[in-house]
Amino acid sequence: MVKVEQLTKRFGAITAVDGIDFTVEKGEIVGFLGPNGAGKSTTMRMLAGYLPPTSGRASVAGFDIFSESLKAREHIGYLPENVPLYLDMRVAEFLRYRAGLKGVPQRRLTERVGDVLEMCGLDEVGKKIIGRLSKGFRQRVGLADAMIHEPDLLILDEPTIGLDPNQIRLVRDLIRNLRRHHTILLSSHILPEVEMLCSRVIIINKGRIEAMDTPQNLRARLGQAGHILFDAIVADPRAAATDLRQLEGVQGVSHRRDGDWTVFTIEAAPDRDPREALFHHATENKWRVREISRPPVTLERVFAEVTGGEENF
Amino acid sequence: MRRFFILFGREVSSAFHQPLAYVVMCFFLVVTGFNFHAGVSLLNHSSGTTTMVEAFFNTVYFWIPLVLVFPLITMRVFAEESKMGTLETLMTAPVQDFQVVFAKFAGCLFFYVILWAPSLLYFTAFEAVTGIDAAGAAGSYVGAYAMLLLMGCLFTAIGCLASALTDNQIVAAVVCFSAILCLFFIGLLAFFIPATGNALREMTYYFSPIEHMMDFSRGIFDTRPVVFYLSSTLVVLFATFHIFQYRRWKA
Repeated sequence: MVKVEQLTKRFGAITAVDGIDFTVEKGEIVGFLGPNGAGKSTTMRMLAGYLPPTSGRASVAGFDIFSESLKAREHIGYLPENVPLYLDMRVAEFLRYRAGLKGVPQRRLTERVGDVLEMCGLDEVGKKIIGRLSKGFRQRVGLADAMIHEPDLLILDEPTIGLDPNQIRLVRDLIRNLRRHHTILLSSHILPEVEMLCSRVIIINKGRIEAMDTPQNLRARLGQAGHILFDAIVADPRAAATDLRQLEGVQGVSHRRDGDWTVFTIEAAPDRDPREALFHHATENKWRVREISRPPVTLERVFAEVTGGEENF
Repeated sequence: MRRFFILFGREVSSAFHQPLAYVVMCFFLVVTGFNFHAGVSLLNHSSGTTTMVEAFFNTVYFWIPLVLVFPLITMRVFAEESKMGTLETLMTAPVQDFQVVFAKFAGCLFFYVILWAPSLLYFTAFEAVTGIDAAGAAGSYVGAYAMLLLMGCLFTAIGCLASALTDNQIVAAVVCFSAILCLFFIGLLAFFIPATGNALREMTYYFSPIEHMMDFSRGIFDTRPVVFYLSSTLVVLFATFHIFQYRRWKA
C-alpha cells in the first residue's frame, strides 16, 4: 500500500527526514513513534502530497506521490496534526464540500456524509457551526473528513493530541473500528496508544528510522536482556554483589542501600532468567529477601533506549 | 471542472460567511450613493455635455471606494487559509494548485461584481425621475461597466498575489493597497509633466485607470487598455500561482 525508498527532506541546512525506507502492507495499522521534531509530521506531509521530497521516492496504492500526486491523493485520507477546519461552516456542509472536492460522485454525497456522521458519532452536531464545537468534536470532524472518500490509506498525525481521556478513548475506538476497511499510518508520542492500536511500530528519531517491528517484538528485544530487581538484607553488600556476579546468567550487578536493605539491580544475560538461581543463592546464605522481580519492559523503555534517553520525552 | 466549481462555491460562500462582507457592502452602498448625489449636483451646476454615467464614474468619490475595496475583498483569500492551516487539508485533497488559485480569484471577482450590481438601479432611477437619458448611448454603459470589470480583474489579481505572499491579512491588505495606488500614481504623473507631445506623458496614458475610465464611460472603446488589463491580470495570476506553490513547498 505504501512504499517509501530513501525518502529525504531538507529545509535549508536542516535535514528533517534523512533517507528513510519502509513499506506498509494493506490492512496494517502502523504507528510512527518519535520525540517532537523527529520528522514524523514531515514524513506524513510528504506522503499526503503536501510537501515534495528533496530526494528519494514514495508511492501510495501504486502511484508516485510526486509525479502522480493527484491520483495518489485520491487514495489518501489525511488528518493533519492541529486539525485545520473551516470554522465558519456547518459540520454536514463542510463534509459535503470536502466529499465533492475529493471526487465522491454527486449522487453519493448525501449517503457518504450520512455514513461518516454516524461512524464518527457526529449525528447530533451535523447542523452546528464547526467553530462552536469542542476540541473532541472537531477532531472527529477531521477524522470524518479524512475518511469521507473511502480512501485506502488513512494518515493520521497525532490523532489524540490535546484531548481529554474520555475523548481519547472515543477516538481510539473509532480508529480501531476503521482498521477493517483502511490501512492506517498514525503518529503519536503516547506509547500505550501505539501499543494498543498498532500492528507495527516505526521508531523515528532525528529523521532516521531507529527501529521497526511489532510492539511485542520490540519489547521482547529488550526484555531478553532485561533487568532484575533483588532486595535483600545482607551483611556485606560488596561481597554479596561479587558473589551474585558469579551466578549463571548474570552479566552485571549494581547495588544501593535502602535503610537496612540493599537493592541489587541485576543485568541478565540475553535469553537467560537468573531469578531462580538468585532465590537459591539467597536461601543458602540465609538472606532475608523482600523482592525478586523483573519489571515488565514497556515500549516506553524501548523508546528511551533507541532515541537515546528519557530527556527526549 | 467540477472541482473548480466546488472550490469557487466555497470561496463565494466563505466571503458571505464573514461579517466583513456586509460591512464592505454597506460602506460601498453609502459611498456610491453619495457619489451618485454628487454626480446629480454636478449636472445641475454644469451646462456642458456631461452625461450622468460620465459624472458617476469620474469623480473622486468613485475612485476612493474603488481603490479601498480590493484589499478588503482579497486580503483573506490565501493569508487566512495559510494561517489557519486549512491550506494543508485543501492541498492534500486531489485538487491542482492552479484550480485553487483561479477559484479564489474568481470568487473575489464575483463578490466585486455583486458590489457593483446595485449601481445599475441608480441610472434607472435617474432616468425615471428626470426623464433625461443617463448615458449618451448604450455604449456608454457597456464601456463603463466593461472597464469596471477589467480593472476589477487586475486589481483582484494584485490582491490575490499580496495575500499569497503572507500569512498576515493586514500585511496583505497594505501591500495590495500600495500596489494599486502606485498604478494610480503613474496615471497622475501626467499632471506633473507639462509639455504636450512628451513621450513620457504619452506613456502614462497606457497605465492610467482614470484616463481609461474617462474614455470608456463616454463609450469610446479602445483595445489598448483591454489588452493591458487582461494581459497583466494573467501575468499577476501566474505570479500568484508560483508564489503559492513556492511557499507551500518551502513550508
